[in-house]
Amino acid sequence: MTTIPDVARPASADVDGQTGSPAADVSLEADALVHAPGPPPGDSRSKSLVRAAFPPLVLGSALIGLWYLISYVVLDPGRRFLLQPPHRVLEVGFLEWANFSRILEALWNSTQVALIGLGIAISIGLFLATMMSQAKMVERAVFPFAVTLQAIPILAIVPMIGFWFGYGTTARVIVCIIISLFPIIMNTLFGLQSAERGMHDLFTLHRASRLTRLRKLMFPAALPAVFAGLRISAGLSVIGAIVGDFFFGQGEAGIGQLLRRYASQLDGEALLTSVIMSSALGVVVFWTFGWIQKLVIGKWHETEVLG
Amino acid sequence: MVAAAIGNRSLYSPHGETDLVTTVTMNGALSFDGIGMTFPDGTEALRDISFSIDKGEFITVVGPSGCGKSTLLRIASGLLEPTAGSVEVDRDRLGYVFQDATLLPWRTVRQNVELLAELHGFESNERRRLSTAAIDLVGLQGFENHYPKSLSGGMRMRTSLARTLTLKPPVFLFDEPFGAVDEITREHLNEETQRLFQSEGFAGLFITHSIGEAVFMSTKVLVMSARPGRIIAGFDVPFSYPRQPQLRFDPEFALLSGEVSLALRGTS
Repeated sequence: MTTIPDVARPASADVDGQTGSPAADVSLEADALVHAPGPPPGDSRSKSLVRAAFPPLVLGSALIGLWYLISYVVLDPGRRFLLQPPHRVLEVGFLEWANFSRILEALWNSTQVALIGLGIAISIGLFLATMMSQAKMVERAVFPFAVTLQAIPILAIVPMIGFWFGYGTTARVIVCIIISLFPIIMNTLFGLQSAERGMHDLFTLHRASRLTRLRKLMFPAALPAVFAGLRISAGLSVIGAIVGDFFFGQGEAGIGQLLRRYASQLDGEALLTSVIMSSALGVVVFWTFGWIQKLVIGKWHETEVLG
Repeated sequence: MVAAAIGNRSLYSPHGETDLVTTVTMNGALSFDGIGMTFPDGTEALRDISFSIDKGEFITVVGPSGCGKSTLLRIASGLLEPTAGSVEVDRDRLGYVFQDATLLPWRTVRQNVELLAELHGFESNERRRLSTAAIDLVGLQGFENHYPKSLSGGMRMRTSLARTLTLKPPVFLFDEPFGAVDEITREHLNEETQRLFQSEGFAGLFITHSIGEAVFMSTKVLVMSARPGRIIAGFDVPFSYPRQPQLRFDPEFALLSGEVSLALRGTS
């Protein structure tokens, strides 16, 4: 049997439109920010890195400029405490260890709450979505409640959660679960249903059991969507931890309590530092899950990692 | 309509037209007997289809799009129950090549090729042996560890072929598998398919709307009418195997293709 040399023919490379640009095959390694037509393969990576980093740097500098403008031009010295200039925030919030260590500690407490909440939400979400994918009845039953759960304004039920579960860690974790559950259920369900009909036919033809189909077809097919859901939920669980902490004062104080205290003390520098660090936590969590995603499915899935 | 088509063809018919009645035998590797298919929405897709395929036969069904060709394969494989008639075939190791390569994107070429053997419970040593042989047969050596996304359309189809070959199916169903690849690749894949047909000795049923493809690979070409699909003409293809690419430039090849084309025009 001879090897037919059509395999490497460029003419056949575009057939399914899956290898659209010449750079598509290496796009996994290349930063997905420079996605579309991409630089020609010979172009250096550093050049594309500069092209990717330049716009946000310019915008960032402009925003810091605006910040200074408001601090020094818009606000008179008597009201400058409302928005301290960037270097003050840096000096007082970040570089005074007494302040910064307190913020870090609170942040760590909130991170733990967020991770526990997220972990529980993932378990519940994966389980429910799997059940929903296996029986239309379950899907019909659960779906409206999942949507309702999503529609509840979290602030409306926070008092009730405190009322029922106390004002400690349990209540904080529950806020995290409620706020991060929906995207996991929906994305997982969508992913489980995303396997093509032809693939299902293949498994049907060869008499695969329900479990085999789930394990070898539906779960792997769901992974990209599951990760998309995870990244949304991870960010939400951080918000949930902060919101919960903001209202529940018992137990180890997290970043929410700290925000509340700094706000009431009119401590602008520390307040802004806490806000920046909270956002940083959200970004780190989002990135971490993007990184795990790349590790798990990056080899076979065209992952678009932004940020 | 049938009479008109036959009338046209007889003007320059060097090959005898297959007697449709004699193709209805019930002892082939795959037999359709009076198959009819009407979908719940009232669409009649197939009407009274009867023919059989023996070991050593490669039958291609050509027809206009939407005539129910694929429905016939789904019925043959048991994915769909016909509303009339019956199918006789051993479904234990039925080979089925889909329109798309239907590769699992999270599996490498080798893992994809081993999938069916896995579903049929083969040991890993045996799977390895079967997949190596199948990968050799379709000429994908060296690509075992590639993921589908880095393969060309033609290579994906080869992987799909190899996956089916691991089961050594006595009956091979092809559902327009090369419709999405470019012309050159399609010709290569046609050449390989007829070579596999020769070396593996399966009974083949191939669905396509490409006349060149049909005549090049088959022992017999059946023409299906527009919906409801019926078999309205049949042609024996006299060329011997292995068929060379140059066969496509043979006057006889052109003549036979022309006849099939005429029969096909009569369908719409």
